[in-house]
Amino acid sequence: MSDATTHPGSTVVKASSYGWFHRNRIKLAPWLFLAPALIFFAIYVVIPIFQSIWISFYEWNGLDNADGSSSAVWVGLRHYFDLLDDDRFYTSLKNNVLWLVLFMLAVPIGLGIALFLNQTVTGIRIYKSLFFFPFVISQVVVGLIFSWFYNPNFGIVGQVWEFFGAVPPAILADEDLVTYGIIFAGLWPQIAYCMILYLTGLNNVAPDQIEAGRLDGAKGWKMLWYVVLPQLWPATFLAIVVTVIGALRSFDMIAIMTQGGPYGSSNVLSYYMYETALSEYGYRYGYGSAIAVVLFAIMMIFISFFLWKMWRDERGS
Amino acid sequence: MKSLLKTTFTGAVALAMMTSASFASELIITYDDLNPGPKAAFEAAVEKFKGENPDINVTVNNNDREAHKTAIRNFLTADAPDVTTWYAGNRMRPFVDAGLFADVSDVWEAEGFSKTLASTKPSMTVDGKQYGVPYTYYQWGVYYRKDIFDKLGLSEPKTWDEFIAASKTINESGVKPFTIGTKFLWPAAGVFDYLNLRQNGYDFHNQLTAGEVKYTDQRVRDTFARWQELLDAGGWVDNHATMDWQEGMSLFINGEAAMYVMGNFAVGSMRDGGLTEEQIDFFQFPVINPDIANAEEAPTDTWHMPTNAKNPENAKKWLAFVAREDVQTEWNEALGQLPINSNSTVGDDKFIQQGFATLNAAAGIAQFYDRDAPAEMAKAGMEGFQEFMVKPERLDAILERLDKVQERVYK
Amino acid sequence: MFPAPIERSSPSAQIAYKVALPIALVIWLLPLLAIFMTSIRPAMDINSGNVFGWPSSFQLLENYSAVFTQSRAGTYMLNSVLVTVPTMIVSVALACLAGYALAIYRDFKWALPLFFLFVAGNFVPFQILMVPVRDLSVRTDTYDTILGLVLFHSAFQTGFCTLFMRNFIKALPYELVESARIEGVGEFKIFWYLVLPLVRPAIAALAVLVFTFIWNDFFWATVLIQGDDRLPITAGVRALNGQFVSQWQLVSAASLLAAMPPVLMFFLMQKHFIAGLTLGATKG
Repeated sequence: MSDATTHPGSTVVKASSYGWFHRNRIKLAPWLFLAPALIFFAIYVVIPIFQSIWISFYEWNGLDNADGSSSAVWVGLRHYFDLLDDDRFYTSLKNNVLWLVLFMLAVPIGLGIALFLNQTVTGIRIYKSLFFFPFVISQVVVGLIFSWFYNPNFGIVGQVWEFFGAVPPAILADEDLVTYGIIFAGLWPQIAYCMILYLTGLNNVAPDQIEAGRLDGAKGWKMLWYVVLPQLWPATFLAIVVTVIGALRSFDMIAIMTQGGPYGSSNVLSYYMYETALSEYGYRYGYGSAIAVVLFAIMMIFISFFLWKMWRDERGS
Repeated sequence: MKSLLKTTFTGAVALAMMTSASFASELIITYDDLNPGPKAAFEAAVEKFKGENPDINVTVNNNDREAHKTAIRNFLTADAPDVTTWYAGNRMRPFVDAGLFADVSDVWEAEGFSKTLASTKPSMTVDGKQYGVPYTYYQWGVYYRKDIFDKLGLSEPKTWDEFIAASKTINESGVKPFTIGTKFLWPAAGVFDYLNLRQNGYDFHNQLTAGEVKYTDQRVRDTFARWQELLDAGGWVDNHATMDWQEGMSLFINGEAAMYVMGNFAVGSMRDGGLTEEQIDFFQFPVINPDIANAEEAPTDTWHMPTNAKNPENAKKWLAFVAREDVQTEWNEALGQLPINSNSTVGDDKFIQQGFATLNAAAGIAQFYDRDAPAEMAKAGMEGFQEFMVKPERLDAILERLDKVQERVYK
Repeated sequence: MFPAPIERSSPSAQIAYKVALPIALVIWLLPLLAIFMTSIRPAMDINSGNVFGWPSSFQLLENYSAVFTQSRAGTYMLNSVLVTVPTMIVSVALACLAGYALAIYRDFKWALPLFFLFVAGNFVPFQILMVPVRDLSVRTDTYDTILGLVLFHSAFQTGFCTLFMRNFIKALPYELVESARIEGVGEFKIFWYLVLPLVRPAIAALAVLVFTFIWNDFFWATVLIQGDDRLPITAGVRALNGQFVSQWQLVSAASLLAAMPPVLMFFLMQKHFIAGLTLGATKG
């Protein structure tokens, strides 16, 4: 009797709890799988973005008072107005634009080298790897190599100049040359990156279309422009994205080669922000954060574009 | 993690002390130099202090010098020691303003430091109160290649005219008068400070770094006019903006430049670079205006008691101890630097002796442009100095820009 | 194939191409060759101005061992390994889980927005994270520790890894998962026994990429580490640069040593590396 009453009941309970989990399993599971990554990402990436925006409204040197309370003072939008009147901010912004524009050279040059190397002669694989080499090396090392290269007393550039009987220019000490010098150094690994993107892209170009193009009498530049490049669009897109991001993230090279000097003329927003907020002459968290917000806003333009394109592709598939 | 362990550990020690011997007390000291020489000098002083105060249980933390500059910003609030090292002048200002360094004027009064440490008292004072004690400093001045001077028949210049004349002679012999490396900016500030101190005097230096005088002021322009004269007389090595001070030093060692406006720490790298005692010497920066008393540049390292110190009585004992004449004598002997206490004595190194004599006779001790001016102003100012050295024709634009920065910084 | 295979052109063009290849390579790698030559020179050569010519003697072993004996390069290298390897493991593991969630659950409405969050986060400038992350590290006592650096890197790299992993898993045949579900296999079991073995190439690609990114990181090493005994090699090389003033042969040797591990990684895992860089969009 007791058995008969409890047993069906317990099976009902069991079945429904199993059923609840079973029914919601598909809904719950993604959250469980996502949880670790989301929590980590939220703590170290998503929330700090909003915190930075918030800090940019304060004047704060990072110190707490003796009782542990923060010494930050609300200043509203003042830092943003100060930026409008800050020569060094404009210099940095101008250099950022220069970086963006000149860094784009990595895309066509990378394509050029990829076309040059896209052959099947013996040993070409090793050539491809060696051409890619600079990308694998840390930017710190690239920066050091080129600082030494440019050194007018010991460097190769100096030697070449002296060979022609001229007085070598001190590229990194000359406000008109310094940014070009650093960008040139930065291009080296970036070209390698674009090259590898195009090399893989060229592998995927449909041979029948090329042949069809050949039959139509297209060759050389025409073939490249009308047949090959459209098919390389995914590679080009990716090359542009990584190059824009590389240009806006330029920090390592500047920190190593010039520290923004001489007198701030090679500064860019990423380094100016660091210098303002953390270096020996800095500790202006609020102002630094305002610079970071501006950089973030610029980057958001490109990020939005990238996301929009991804979204469109997702719709398409 | 590290500091958590540390707190737990010191907490446990403190607890054990309280239960076993209630009269024994604690002193937690944070120092900031791991280099063997300074570390040994510090440890010797700690031993001496322990010997004199057997009832005090001393705990020592020693940080890397650069790491300390960051760490102090947190530990003063979160986990304060009883005493810590730092720097005088505007470098201690943010901590005083945030109420993180305690007023120790009573120590100055009780020990008579106003007299024995008179030279640096202004650098330790905010609103009439002292916030720490100095324990060591070193002189700045002109280091020169004695062999090059001798070869050209030059002697140490005492006046501005002699200084300019010597520079010209050196320049004509194919050697640059001065070396420098301004990549990290501060060496240029040493030159500016000395020109300004000699041209306008100590009080003016303080007014300028306190934001009370504009950079477009005629007196600042006069300082730059002197600088221009040095540039015209041959000036500094090329490309100094790409070099740090050690790279600048290598040109001095190679004999490509004859003089270096520097701090006394540079002597070490001259000797390491292979220069003999006969090849190097030092002279005080020459007089520009005879009516202006000679003030000197001498960055000072200091001890402070955090407001959150748990053993303030012992902390004050330590402060009184480190400023005492015998302690400063021994400590600086070991450091190869100069004691501040005017009753202390120094070793027989010629640079140390000249420095001690120079600083004791000084009408005022400036900390250095980047320690006297607030950080942001210092950065902008030093960039201006560097730019002037490269592009002197831009002086007006530079000074106007500095005025603009000044207006914002001191608001 | 474009451009037209060189075999189809005239013999002289073929020869010209084969000659041009090594010349182009030498020019391209000139900076590296120069720094290598410098790293095996005696100090005397550099001081006497012989920086481009043939070394007066070869000091390969002397210079490279001097880097280790006269500086803390060994410690820096070890620190880099201690930062890089755990980061690699954690971020790839998290990305496998997250990528699975974002790719497999067709009815999961949040999949696309969350995916875009990871993608966007992956591209933000570091500076917008700098002050809060540093503050967070200070407050959690992970500032100036290897652990702190690992935690941040793992979190940040999760963005990129998830982007990659999600796309990779999305390209797998979905029917496999569906039929497993119909047979009543649990979700985690599907992930573990069905999907994970299939994404091995993606794991390999991500591992080498993350290794390279983290090994070469300089910014966060500067922001989150102070103490000399905890510096990774990139920040360490800069410290060495200050220590070995004008001793370019040692700076060069140290720089090349710092560059070695990612270079080796690249040559050993080249296929995966390139697959990773091209975001798996194209198969190399």
